[in-house]
Amino acid sequence: MSNKEKHWEKTKGLMIITLIIWFVFGYLIFMFGSDLNTSSFMGYPLAYYMCAQGSIIAFVVLIFWFANRQEKIDEEFGFTEKEDD
Amino acid sequence: MFKGNFIDNLPKIYGTYTGGFFIFIILMAIAEQAGMTAKTIGILFVAFTVCIYAIIGYLSRTVQVDAYYVAGRQVPTVFNGMATAADWMSGASFVAMAGGIYFGGYTYMAFLVGWTGGYVLVSSLLAPYLRKFGCYTVPDFIGTRYGGNFARFCAVVVLTLASFTYVTAQINATGTIASRALSIPFELGVWVGLVSILLCSMLGGMRAVTWTQVAQYIVLIIAYLIPVFWISNKSGFGFFPHFMLGEEVARLGALESQFGLVKNAAADIKAAGVPGGLKSIAVSHAGVPEGGMAAWKFISLALCMMVGTASLPHILMRYFTTPSVKAARKSVAWSLFFIALLYTSAPMLATLSKISLIDPNLPTGIIGKPIAEIMQIEWVNAWINVKQAFIADFNGDGILQLNEWFMRGDVVVLATPEVAGLPYVISGLVAAGGMAAAMSTADGLILAIANALSHDIYYKIIDPKADVRKRLLVARALLIVIGAAGAYIASMRITSILGAVAWAFDFAMSGLFFPLILGVWWKRATRQGAIAGMIAGLASGTAYLIYVYPKFMGNAPWLGIDHLRFGIIGASVCLVVMVVVSLMTEEPDKATQQMVDEVRVPSGKTILGKQH
Repeated sequence: MSNKEKHWEKTKGLMIITLIIWFVFGYLIFMFGSDLNTSSFMGYPLAYYMCAQGSIIAFVVLIFWFANRQEKIDEEFGFTEKEDD
Repeated sequence: MFKGNFIDNLPKIYGTYTGGFFIFIILMAIAEQAGMTAKTIGILFVAFTVCIYAIIGYLSRTVQVDAYYVAGRQVPTVFNGMATAADWMSGASFVAMAGGIYFGGYTYMAFLVGWTGGYVLVSSLLAPYLRKFGCYTVPDFIGTRYGGNFARFCAVVVLTLASFTYVTAQINATGTIASRALSIPFELGVWVGLVSILLCSMLGGMRAVTWTQVAQYIVLIIAYLIPVFWISNKSGFGFFPHFMLGEEVARLGALESQFGLVKNAAADIKAAGVPGGLKSIAVSHAGVPEGGMAAWKFISLALCMMVGTASLPHILMRYFTTPSVKAARKSVAWSLFFIALLYTSAPMLATLSKISLIDPNLPTGIIGKPIAEIMQIEWVNAWINVKQAFIADFNGDGILQLNEWFMRGDVVVLATPEVAGLPYVISGLVAAGGMAAAMSTADGLILAIANALSHDIYYKIIDPKADVRKRLLVARALLIVIGAAGAYIASMRITSILGAVAWAFDFAMSGLFFPLILGVWWKRATRQGAIAGMIAGLASGTAYLIYVYPKFMGNAPWLGIDHLRFGIIGASVCLVVMVVVSLMTEEPDKATQQMVDEVRVPSGKTILGKQH
C-alpha cells in the first residue's frame, strides 16, 4: 500500500469515528428523550439541556478534536502543507 | 490602514471597531437620559451600523478575480469563523429562534441541534477537500470533478433554487427591521434593506462581504448577549443565565400544569379576531412528547437541517477563502464556536422571556392577572396596537389565562428588554443586531448565486474568453439583478420566515449533498451518475413538497415527513440514482481518478489554479 493509500485509510477511520460521535450526540440520545428528561443536569431536565447546550458544545469540541487529529495524520505521512502552497 | 499589512492588523482593527461600537452604545444611553426619543435612537442605531458596513464594503473594493471570488484566499481562521457565523445566522436565527423555542419548546429545539450538527459534516466530509480543490464556487467543483458543462449547469440550478428561497426571507427580514426602526412602510423598507446589502458586496465581492460579515458578527453577538445577561441579572434569575436557569425551567413546568396547556380551537381564534401569525403557548417548554413518532419527528428535522447545512453553497464557499486546507478545518470549528455563543443563548432568552410573562409572582408577570389591569401596561398596549400581541378573553372571567395571551414569535427578542424594564437603548441595539444578522446572510446568499451565474454560466459556459474587467462587470450586474428580484418577491409578502428557510436546506440536500461528498469519497462516481442524481433528487424532492404542502396539494405526510423534511425523500432518491447510474456507466478516466487522489491530501498545489 502506498503512502497516499495509508494516509487515506487513516483519514477514513477518523471520519468514521467522528461521524459515530456526531450520531450519538445528534440523534441517538434524542431517541430516548423522554427517558433522559427524568434525570437532570445543573438543574435542567437532561434532554432539554442536551438540545439547548449539551449537544452543541459536544459538536464544537468534536470539530476541534477532529481538526487536530487530522493534522497529526497529515504530519505522520508527510502531507502537511508548506507555507506558500 | 487597509493596505499592506492589513491581515496582520486585523485583531487591532476589529478591536478598535468593537471598542468604538461600545462607545456608541454608551453615547446613545447618555442621549436617552438627556431626552432623545426612542424613535431617533432606533434610527441612529440602524443608520450608524449600516454606514460602517458600507464604508468597509467601499474600502474592500477590488479588480482582482481571486479577491472578488475568494477574498484572495487569505482570511485567517478565527476571522473566517466569525464571518461564517454571521453568514450563517440569519434574521430568522436572530429574531425568530427564541420565539420559536418560546412557543415550540423542546420540539422546536430540533432546529438548534440541526443547525449546529451540520458543521461536523462540513468539517469531516467537505470543507478541507473543497479548499484543496481551489474552486471559486460550488458548481465549479461539480463541473471540474465530473467534467462537462451540463453537470455544472445542474449544480447551478440547485444552488440558485436553494439560495433564492433563502434570500427572499432574509430581504424580508431586513425590510421588517428597517421599516420598524426607520418608521417607513414595509415595501420601502425592503428596498432600503436591499441597497444596504448591495453596498456591502458590490464593489469588493467576497473580500468585501468577508470583512463586513466580521463587523456584522460583532454587532449581532453583542446585541444578543447584552440583553440576555442584563435581564437575567436585573430580574435576579442568576449572574450567568446559561448555568443558572435550571430552577426557572422547573418553575415553568409547574406553571404550565397550574395554568394548563390549552390548544385553542381554530374557530375560537377566528371568532375572537386574533391577527394572523400570533400564537399562544400550547406546548410544554422542556417536556419531551411521548412516543416513537415524536422522537422520529425530532430526529428527522435535525437530520434535514444538518445535511442541508453541509450542502448550502453560501456556507461552503466561506471555506474557499482560508489560506490553507488546515486553516479550513480549524475555521469550521471556530465558526461553530461563534455560532454556539448565540445558539446556546436563545433557549435562555426564551426561558427568561416566558418566566417574566407567565409567573404571576413576578412584577412583570401578566398571566393570571385581571385583563383591565394588564391593558394599562405601556408595552402591552404598544404591541397590541401594532397587531403583534392580542388578548382574547375566551372564558369571559376578566382574568388573563395562558391560552388567552397571543403574540408573534419575534416579540420575544424584540420586546423582552422592554418587558424587563431595560432602557430603550437596548431595543435600539437589538434592532441593529437583527439588521446585521439579516444583512450578512443576504449578502452571502446573493453573492453565492451571482458568483455561480457569472463564473459558472457566463465565464465557463457562455464566454470563456472574457477578460477580467468584463467578468467582474457581469458579476456585479448579476448581483443587482438577483438582489432586486429577491426584494421584489419579498415586497409581495408571500412567504413566512421559517417555512422558506427550512425549504432552502431541503432543496440543497436533495440536489447537492451526495454529488458533493461522493465526488470526494467515491472515485467510482461518474458524470452521468452525478447528473442523474442531481436531477432525480431535486425533482423528487420538489414533487414531494408539492404533494404534501398544505397550500399546494395538502396530502397526508408519509411517515411524518412533512414539508419541512422533504429533503429526506430528495436526498435518498439522489443517492440511489447516483450510485446505480454510476455503476452502470464506465468508471471515470485515469486523470479524474488522479485528481480525486490529489484532493485527498492537503499538501501540494490546488487542483484549479490561483486565477482561473
